Amino acid sequence: MIELRGIGKTYQMGSTELIALADINLQIARNEYIALIGPSGSGKSTMMNVLGCLDLPTTGTYTLDGETVAGLSEDQLARVRNRKIGFIFQSYYLMPRTTIADNVAQPLIYRGIAPAIRRERANAALARVGLEARTLHQPNELSGGQRQRVAIARALVGRPEVLLADEPTGNLDSKTAREIMGVFGDLHAQGMTIIIVTHDAAVAGHCRRVVRLHDGRIVEDRAQT
Amino acid sequence: MSSPTREDALESAPIDEGNRLQAWFYAMQECLRSALGSIRSHRMRSFLTMLGVIIGVASVICIVSLLQGLTRSVMNEFQGFGGNALQIRSETSREDWLIGKWNRLRPADLELVKYRVAGISNVTPMSGLNLPGGVRYGSNTSGAQVIATTSWFQLANQSYPRIGRFLTDSDNDTRRRVVVLGDKARTDLKLPENPLGTFMQVGGEWFKIVGVMEARGDLFGQSLDNYVVVPFETGRALAGPEREPDMSIMLTVENLDAVNDVTSRITALLRRAHKIGPKDTDDFKVETSQSITQTIERVSGTITVVISAVVGISLLVGGVGIMNIMLVSVTERTREIGIAKALGAPRSFILMQFLIEAMVLAVIGGIIGIGFGWLLGVLAAKMIPHFPPPAVPWWAVLGATGFSALVGMLFGILPARRAANLAPIDALRHE
Repeated sequence: MIELRGIGKTYQMGSTELIALADINLQIARNEYIALIGPSGSGKSTMMNVLGCLDLPTTGTYTLDGETVAGLSEDQLARVRNRKIGFIFQSYYLMPRTTIADNVAQPLIYRGIAPAIRRERANAALARVGLEARTLHQPNELSGGQRQRVAIARALVGRPEVLLADEPTGNLDSKTAREIMGVFGDLHAQGMTIIIVTHDAAVAGHCRRVVRLHDGRIVEDRAQT
Repeated sequence: MSSPTREDALESAPIDEGNRLQAWFYAMQECLRSALGSIRSHRMRSFLTMLGVIIGVASVICIVSLLQGLTRSVMNEFQGFGGNALQIRSETSREDWLIGKWNRLRPADLELVKYRVAGISNVTPMSGLNLPGGVRYGSNTSGAQVIATTSWFQLANQSYPRIGRFLTDSDNDTRRRVVVLGDKARTDLKLPENPLGTFMQVGGEWFKIVGVMEARGDLFGQSLDNYVVVPFETGRALAGPEREPDMSIMLTVENLDAVNDVTSRITALLRRAHKIGPKDTDDFKVETSQSITQTIERVSGTITVVISAVVGISLLVGGVGIMNIMLVSVTERTREIGIAKALGAPRSFILMQFLIEAMVLAVIGGIIGIGFGWLLGVLAAKMIPHFPPPAVPWWAVLGATGFSALVGMLFGILPARRAANLAPIDALRHE
């Protein structure tokens, strides 16, 4: 479903060229549960940005669900992000001063969906992460784990092809982190494709496949049970 | 996790995407909601941002309302004139005036118009008399203007007797010595509330009071009730043949379509009678009530536009204030913009969101400004003695609101573009 061929990404930092990714070849099938690991500076974040269509690679081709991402305009990329990708960030990135129901419904606004349907879908997504009783609370009234559940609900609400999580447990204590990983495990069991970017070995331990990056290259790609 | 049946049903149901128009409508709705939310969460800042627009709009509305109130009260004076009413009056050109020559209309002109123009009626002469001895009652004197006219005056002036009667044609024909008082003249002369039948002096002669007119109040601090009316022929006799006063003639044209014909007929007649050469200008003027009110409207309209334009410039200053705070807001909300973009908000949505926020700020400011300006106008009119009450016309309200929205949009473009052009990863990384 996801196919990266010869992906490279270089940044121009003044006069020096910074190679973030070099010749990445990776295939991810539907319903995989995969961890992208590596030390900081290994290119994990760049990889995440490329996979999430937040950034375009400098070289190579990226095919997502049969669609070639290179050469898309900014708005077309936004459309791909909106329909095919569910993002989960380390710092949750919820909208402040907005109820969690509205937070979860936000991706649906950009699809031109009626408010009543948005609300219904958001409540259903919140029920999936066990927060159906908190729909009218604001993010600052919730604990970190609950906020991350809201973020997961928001990622799920548009029925994406793939969930892309960037250090989803980085701001959580180990008990809450295990709970969140449990949510991911359930979603994987329901057929969701999940990619988790992390440097935490414990998190990677939950995944079925581990891809290790170092200096912008894939140095290890193994399956685990 | 929760009840699987409901979830599954929703999971399998397709997400119903609306058509483009619906999508646009929902997006607008969302932008408006977010704009109001953002304004509400920064109440003080939003108010200060609006202040420029509030002051600008308030000044425009205040001035327009005062000018319009003034115009309206002047126009009311002419309302008694129908579209078929004509007024003939003398006109002294600048050249004549410089050599001390005053043109006037004479009783002969009145006869001419009365008997040589077809299709007219209600020919009413009106003359202001300046009589030695003035207006007296006992030892009380009044500076009231003495008007010599006939019965149609009350219709033309839209003022009628409060008590007693107005002059009649027979008063005029028989040069009866009767007088009708304006209310100010009555109080100045310390006459009782009902002075009917009392005798008073006009120009040293005794006149019987037969009526008192309704009070009409003030205009520009001038009382509109400080006059006494005597029959035209009586007045002429009183003035004597040597000091024949100037006069104006009011008349109605029986057929509205004939107004222009009658006007040119009168002009031709009077030019011949006054021996005006083909190249010389008229020493009189034939006016319809329409041309008078049109002139007033034109003048007041021009003044309104000029002053509004000058004051409207202050609205631009308000716009700069909005632009400034919107730029700050974009910087503050960079992270939110990044999140929205990551979740799939297209460029146009972000652009619209910030444009609408700027417009909402400006329009709310405009609406507050309208209310404030109207209040200011009322206060100003109260404080200036004898000023008519202000009037805020609907076009000023619409115009002020629309112009505020325009200012918001214009000055919202730059911040909105900045927001829309943010790269999603940079915006997300923004601390």
